[in-house]
Amino acid sequence: MTLSRRNFVMGTTAIALTAPATIGRAQTDNIKFASILDLSGGLDIYGAPMAETTKMAIEDINAAGGLLGREVELTMYDAQSTIQFYTQYATQAAAGDKAHTVHAGITSASREAIRPTLARFKTLYFYNTQYEGGVCDYNNFCTGSTPAQTVAKVVPYAMNKWGKKVYIVAADYNYGQITAQWMQKFVAENGGETLDVEFFPLDVTNFGPTINKIQTAKPDMVISALVGGAHVSFYRQYAAAGMLKEIPIASTTFGVGNEQKLISAEEGNGIIASYGYFEGADNPVNTAFLERLTAKLGADRPVMNELAIRSYEGAMLWAEAVKAAGTADRDPVIEALRSGLTYNGPSGPVTIDAQTNHCSMNVYIGELQDQTWNIVESFENQPPADTQLVCDLVANPNQSTFLFENGLAAAGIE
Amino acid sequence: MNGNNTLRQMRPVLVFAFIGVVFMFVAPYVLQLFTIINLTTAIALAVLALSLALVWGYGGILCFGQVAFFGLGAYAYTIAAINFGGSTWAILVAIMVASAFAALLGYFVFFGRVSDVYLGVITLTVTLIFFSLIRRTSGPEYKIGNALMGGFNGITSPPLNLPWDTSSFLFPEHVFYVAMAALILCYVFCGWLVTTHFGRVCVGIRENELRAELLGYDSRLYKLGIFTVSAGIAAIGGVLFCNGVGRITPDVFNLYNAALTIIWVIVGGRGTLIGPIAATFGLFYLTSALGGQSVLNNNLVLGVILIFFVLLVPKGVAPTLTDWFTKRRKPRRANRRRRRSQVNKA
Amino acid sequence: MDLVVAVLFQLVYGIANLALISLGLAIIFGMMRVINLAHGEFLMLGGYTVVVATNAGVNIWIAMLILAPLVVGIIGVIVERLLIRWLYGRMVDTLLATWGLSLLLIGLVTSIFGASTATTISPPLGIIRLGDYSASGYELFLIGVTIVLFIAVFATLKMTKLGLVARGTMQNPEMSSALGVSTTQVYMVTFGLGAAVTGLAGGLLAPVTGVLPTIGATYIAKAFITVISGGASILAGTAAGSILLGGINGIFAFITGPTIGEVALLVAAIILLRLMPRGITGRFFRKSL
Repeated sequence: MTLSRRNFVMGTTAIALTAPATIGRAQTDNIKFASILDLSGGLDIYGAPMAETTKMAIEDINAAGGLLGREVELTMYDAQSTIQFYTQYATQAAAGDKAHTVHAGITSASREAIRPTLARFKTLYFYNTQYEGGVCDYNNFCTGSTPAQTVAKVVPYAMNKWGKKVYIVAADYNYGQITAQWMQKFVAENGGETLDVEFFPLDVTNFGPTINKIQTAKPDMVISALVGGAHVSFYRQYAAAGMLKEIPIASTTFGVGNEQKLISAEEGNGIIASYGYFEGADNPVNTAFLERLTAKLGADRPVMNELAIRSYEGAMLWAEAVKAAGTADRDPVIEALRSGLTYNGPSGPVTIDAQTNHCSMNVYIGELQDQTWNIVESFENQPPADTQLVCDLVANPNQSTFLFENGLAAAGIE
Repeated sequence: MNGNNTLRQMRPVLVFAFIGVVFMFVAPYVLQLFTIINLTTAIALAVLALSLALVWGYGGILCFGQVAFFGLGAYAYTIAAINFGGSTWAILVAIMVASAFAALLGYFVFFGRVSDVYLGVITLTVTLIFFSLIRRTSGPEYKIGNALMGGFNGITSPPLNLPWDTSSFLFPEHVFYVAMAALILCYVFCGWLVTTHFGRVCVGIRENELRAELLGYDSRLYKLGIFTVSAGIAAIGGVLFCNGVGRITPDVFNLYNAALTIIWVIVGGRGTLIGPIAATFGLFYLTSALGGQSVLNNNLVLGVILIFFVLLVPKGVAPTLTDWFTKRRKPRRANRRRRRSQVNKA
Repeated sequence: MDLVVAVLFQLVYGIANLALISLGLAIIFGMMRVINLAHGEFLMLGGYTVVVATNAGVNIWIAMLILAPLVVGIIGVIVERLLIRWLYGRMVDTLLATWGLSLLLIGLVTSIFGASTATTISPPLGIIRLGDYSASGYELFLIGVTIVLFIAVFATLKMTKLGLVARGTMQNPEMSSALGVSTTQVYMVTFGLGAAVTGLAGGLLAPVTGVLPTIGATYIAKAFITVISGGASILAGTAAGSILLGGINGIFAFITGPTIGEVALLVAAIILLRLMPRGITGRFFRKSL
């Protein structure tokens, strides 16, 4: 008797685990759109603006009458900065919700957790983040910029402006290490010299020893691929030591989590960065978009960066493809996307490149002044040249690989 | 050793194990496919909680870094499976690597008479070292055999295959059976271990180390033994985990996961085995359900729940429930006894 | 020569930094045997106090030196009254409770201020020049503050009646209670003091680090390891732990890079605890504070 009461614990657990499967999952005629992002935990500085623009995209689609006469239903999951939840929610979205498309992932690790799951359940997957490049997957569209689009532009620009000797600091994980490789390649191609490359664990907050090393090396400029909240300390300590006025900084990561707001104006003035989007992008779509966003979220809305804009444009690209295909089923939608589909978004025209399932897009170089990025140069319709080196989905569509997991060997860089 | 006696002591364990077996065979017919697939991850974490319940609840060793063995098992499995092209020996390698490392570390600390919170800090520190080092390994030069370490992004784990048949891989929904079976076997094994002479000596050392030593038991050896065994069990959890998630990343070694393991055991109750398992399922369900809502911040809700828990259910779920039942049963049993004695008198 | 001085300066700053973030935790752990896993969030709250106050137009010095310790100290007292006081003598339960508290504080700050908050502060004070090298004057100031803070805590414990009562309670709570000391009040004040010191540290670091709701996680492990390695003595332990671990970290970080620097710190802590199972002050300076 006692024992049968005790199994109450196990019994309740079983019932509880069943609950999400049975409650509130009534079948409707809606088209289902799932989003998995980190909305709490250490990565929420990236995830929160992405979630806002995703919501706005779905609202915009529905306000325009939905797709194919059906409403688009958004399900959002918070992966809580934990990889296992990505696999879990991807399974739930694909096999449970039967989502028509899943837009998910911030870090490359999260994307690599999702990709095989969604491939197995044949669910269309969008990854709307700038990353190190190299995904070659028929089922996966990567709308963010890659090093050949941004690093290739900011390195020559900064070297022309400041000089040939470069010191590289980067976050000690895959993105940082691979981006540092690209930086060295482009520095060498422009006749420059890389004095030293240093990598920092993501939780380092004291950069004193490195600042000494930079002072010893006397470079003409520092290029940074530092990432996350702790690394903001670098820019502050660098400015506090009076270095920013002597040796300027260019970056491929600063600002993507709106870091420019976390340091004061004089600590950031003059930093140069390159992305596929800045708020100053000069086109009517962008102006209208920002006005609507301010109206919706108020004057203290998050500053728009590439991640946030790609989340909006990714959703819109998918919507365009559904309209073109006349159905929300995966295969026709993929075909419509790969037919060279273009969407005119806030960042300018974004075109799917059928060879890689990446995007050709406008690329901007911005200079930071008083916590705001001013665009100093823009480049139109830049192709994802790095991924194109290793990926040809036209010739060989049946693949789903991540070629840069092996470093840059695939792209011919040692 | 009295066999009957052991069986009597193990009765609750066997009952729970039986319930587990029933659940294992019924669940796939009742639950949706994705719930079954996702349960594998929860089961893997429950095995981890079980291993800490053994070493901490019965061995009295506060191991703050139980995830080190869990993660080590997962990495060893993944690397071995990639190199061998099959999972059978890889599982064995995973258990061996984690146990061997635990034996080394255990020798280092227990024979140095490190104890108490200091032991917790050493194990936590070891975990953080793994975290820092493995996160570094993103370049192509970090390769063990055919397996690239992958740094922060981690490695894709090959799925389990049928024993010695590398051509037939298990689908995620089948891995559920394997995971559930592993959990039940580990649970029964732990339940048996604590009834043995070895297990009772460990409990004796937990209660009073000096007294146990004066009785002639070398407490260092017993601690080392239970520490090594629990590391092996954690490694089994690790193997299941990387199968459930599909990849293994250095994140398993971070402070958050190290602390989370401790929390499962505190919530479930120290000194029981089923408590931490149940607590793991409960908290896992809670955190994944929270991720599907966006009204309240997840950390906020989870924090409030944990605080209420520690204030209201300080002993943990399983001991509190047991107390409650015994308290309710006591008066009845006393009544029965009184009646019986009255009958006798009459 | 300039390089040697510059490197030495960074080494000392690294040590002071470690001591500054650990001191509050050491007070709470040393006096009350409570492992405060919300320590990193107390640092974060100190930083947020400064950011929010300066955004509202408060002078940065007032925000850092007065408001940050005051606000976090009051939060500490509230936390002690509502939560910690039920858990004395149950060290492991305080782990769970303070872990819950840490999640709660992160969630609360995120809910109120969002995932990140814009700031306008930068480190006050100028630049120190050493030939080819330069360092921030504010870092020198932080080294000074750390030393002053240690002296102040020492003086409080050694010279005031409060300190005497607190030390007595720490050594033997039953006896102090029998002598008429209200141990609950002592614990409340001590926890508040530890929180205030942590808040001050967080406030002082606000101009040189990023201030985000989740930033606490980057500090807690290092502070925890430093305090435990130091052993039971609050001041001598923290100082010894910081000098040893911070020194090793700084040297290795300069020679080989920051990842190996961190690993060296961790390995040193393990070897230290193996050789001295009760921390540095479990073997040396046993009588010290």
